[in-house]
Amino acid sequence: MMLVALAALVWGLGWWINLRLAAGPSAQSRGVRLAVPVIFGVTVLAVWELLVRGLDVPLVILPAPSLIAARFAASLPVLWADFVQTILKGALGGYVIGCGAAILTAVLVDRSDFLRRGLLPVGNFVAALPIVGTAPILVMWFGFDWQSKAAVVVVMVFFPVLVNTVAGLRETTAMQRDLMETYAASYWQGFFKLRLPAALPFIFNGLKIATTLALVGAIVAEFFGSPTVGMGFRISTSVGQLALDMVWAEIVVAALAGSVFYGAVAWVEKAVTFWHPSQRA
Amino acid sequence: MDNHEEVIRADRLDLTFQTNDGPVHALRDVNLTIDKGDFVSFIGPSGCGKTTFLRCIAALETPTGGMLSVNGMTADEARRARAYGYVFQAAGLYPWRTIAGNIRLPLEIMGFSRDEQVRRVNDVLQLVDLEGFGGKYPWQLSGGMQQRASIARALSFDADILLMDEPFGALDEIVRDHLNEQLLALWARTGKTIGFVTHSIPEAVYLSTRIVVMSPRPGRITDVIESPLPRERPLDIRESPEFIEIAHRVREGLRAGHGDV
Amino acid sequence: MRSVLPVLTVVAVIVALWYAACVPMNIKGVLTEAERAGAAVQPEGAGARRDLPALRLAINNGFAVPATWAQDRPRLPAPHQVAAELWDTTAMKKITSKRSLVYHGWVTLSATLLGFAIGTGLGILLAVGIVHSRVMDMSVMPWAIVSQTIPIIALAPMIIVVLYSIGVQGILPKAVISAYLSFFPVVVGMVKGLRSPDAMQLDLLRTYNAGKAQGFWKLRLPASIPYLFASLKIGIAASLVGAIVGELPTGAVAGLGARLLAGSYYGQTVQIWAALFAAAILAAVLVGLLGLLQRLVLTRMGMA
Repeated sequence: MMLVALAALVWGLGWWINLRLAAGPSAQSRGVRLAVPVIFGVTVLAVWELLVRGLDVPLVILPAPSLIAARFAASLPVLWADFVQTILKGALGGYVIGCGAAILTAVLVDRSDFLRRGLLPVGNFVAALPIVGTAPILVMWFGFDWQSKAAVVVVMVFFPVLVNTVAGLRETTAMQRDLMETYAASYWQGFFKLRLPAALPFIFNGLKIATTLALVGAIVAEFFGSPTVGMGFRISTSVGQLALDMVWAEIVVAALAGSVFYGAVAWVEKAVTFWHPSQRA
Repeated sequence: MDNHEEVIRADRLDLTFQTNDGPVHALRDVNLTIDKGDFVSFIGPSGCGKTTFLRCIAALETPTGGMLSVNGMTADEARRARAYGYVFQAAGLYPWRTIAGNIRLPLEIMGFSRDEQVRRVNDVLQLVDLEGFGGKYPWQLSGGMQQRASIARALSFDADILLMDEPFGALDEIVRDHLNEQLLALWARTGKTIGFVTHSIPEAVYLSTRIVVMSPRPGRITDVIESPLPRERPLDIRESPEFIEIAHRVREGLRAGHGDV
Repeated sequence: MRSVLPVLTVVAVIVALWYAACVPMNIKGVLTEAERAGAAVQPEGAGARRDLPALRLAINNGFAVPATWAQDRPRLPAPHQVAAELWDTTAMKKITSKRSLVYHGWVTLSATLLGFAIGTGLGILLAVGIVHSRVMDMSVMPWAIVSQTIPIIALAPMIIVVLYSIGVQGILPKAVISAYLSFFPVVVGMVKGLRSPDAMQLDLLRTYNAGKAQGFWKLRLPASIPYLFASLKIGIAASLVGAIVGELPTGAVAGLGARLLAGSYYGQTVQIWAALFAAAILAAVLVGLLGLLQRLVLTRMGMA
């Protein structure tokens, strides 16, 4: 009971510090804006640890954070192998192919108004569908290894990126297009000097959505069959063995990979579209 | 003023837009010649076709009737020969390019050499009084400076004709006076032929050698006023009796073409 | 409306490509079956054919092409085969039958809707809290945004098993997954919506000396509705994916996810495709209904 009481105390303390910080004079400063969520996160972890220990929650229901950290540290080689298999090969491979294909398709579609009007609604429609469901089919076609996972990722990221790129390439004003006309610019001059730069914020929007989809696709596809390595494989087998500390360790990897992946794309976006109002604030 | 070398000529020009509510006569029977070195203003209420006429000269619109020649060619040939620089109502600078980069844009498209690009960018930056701002981004500059940069962009490839569509319409009066003065100086220095759309009577009178008064439904020319003012015009010329006299004529012309107001 | 013709064209092209793709995808299997049935196949023997391009085989054995659209267990079933299977397992079966897609669809749908309702409700509540409390905003909001960038669906198998081990079974574990998947998009979208009124609109209410609650009901909530609907559409699609994935790890016997899994175990490709299309249709209907509701509500509020 001591630990449970301590958990309540820690929670109260963490919240009180954040209350003071949020109401304090430097609430808008960078440091505080970063510190508050971190304090909140640490508080949650501490409360989790204390409650699990205090209430003797069995490992098969919820392992304590310290246990997960220990498992993480002890299984680094396995986690790394899974990371390489699922993230670097499956997710990243599929992401590059899928996004590349989508952007190329969008460039071709952009030349024909008819195609654009036909493909945009279809693309929007498909983007809302549960495409992970294609995983069993693609596993059947491309085998158990990472190629089938990459294929699932390709299908998942293709339509969101396509729709955003096509929309972005239309995002010029009549005046900007007239200006190109007064220079008697060719189609490709207009494309590279005007429409592509103007489309970049939209393309990156699609690319950012696609990062999460790529990880989801690569992990879930492994539930339908995989070699004996990979994050989805590890999660489903560890769940079967009730080794929840391992499951959580994989989830930590997935969370880190997801944030870094997204962060990297967002960083490139900031560097490339620094001029856009949304990036200037 | 005595060399009457003809640059732009419109003969019985017609432009009719087909809309869902039936045909709209944007221009009807427009006849006008503009000589080399003229500063011609087009003035009239909205819908009178002044912008449409400018866009026809630029081959951004295609007339449905009549004849239009620019530099002795059709308007579209002239466009492809890059005969004019066009300045829009808004500066429309690309936010992803610096000021210098924006001015370089037409030079890149038209295939000028690297060295030539640098030289011309520096020249026109000086011409519009923006030296030292080449490395800035458009969104770091005031509206007046942005519009000056867009004029520099239109001047950079040194076309003989400058077409300006209400370029100072969005700016406040003080900035506008300043830019008008600068524009006159620039015109005096370069000797370009300028077509200038405005809805401000003082602006038209202050700048122009000829003022073309237009009226709507259908868009047509109702009066062409030759300005007797000297080419050298300080700002306070606007208080002189001649200036007020011309302004009065323009206002009369606008009222006559707009019988119902 | 002027998009109808282009859309139909694109769909027709996709269907045509699909039929065309069936030929190279299925030709080897068809030829093996034909050879076994005694037909003359060029070249003979499955081994000799393995490394030949599928297109060559199809040209050499033109007679086998129609059979690529009518195989029992094709690698890629033709559109009409999928359509027939869909028709068979929806309209022709009693909806209580274990082979009815309506039955399986309902199993998945009920979990989706329950989870979506929970996730949306909690999401809206948290968003209101975030907008009205600076500490909550600063503590929770960054995490809600980060959650959008990580594959939280990876938690699904664990949730199913953990809840199972403490005796919670049936619809609820799947609904929990659906709930948290729809929760975060709704929080983020709703916070954006509740913050969408600009300074001038807020100042106007201040000149009326309106209270916080009045400001909420009269300005923030109505202004947030378009944002809410946008995130509801994302949320329901995520909920459906959650319910389907939730059916995978335990070897569930009912639901669209179970149909997908069973189909992939037994190589019943037509069944997989039918389940996939059922899921797609379900998603489209759900998103479409929300879109319709959005139009009705926004028209009624005078915002559309």
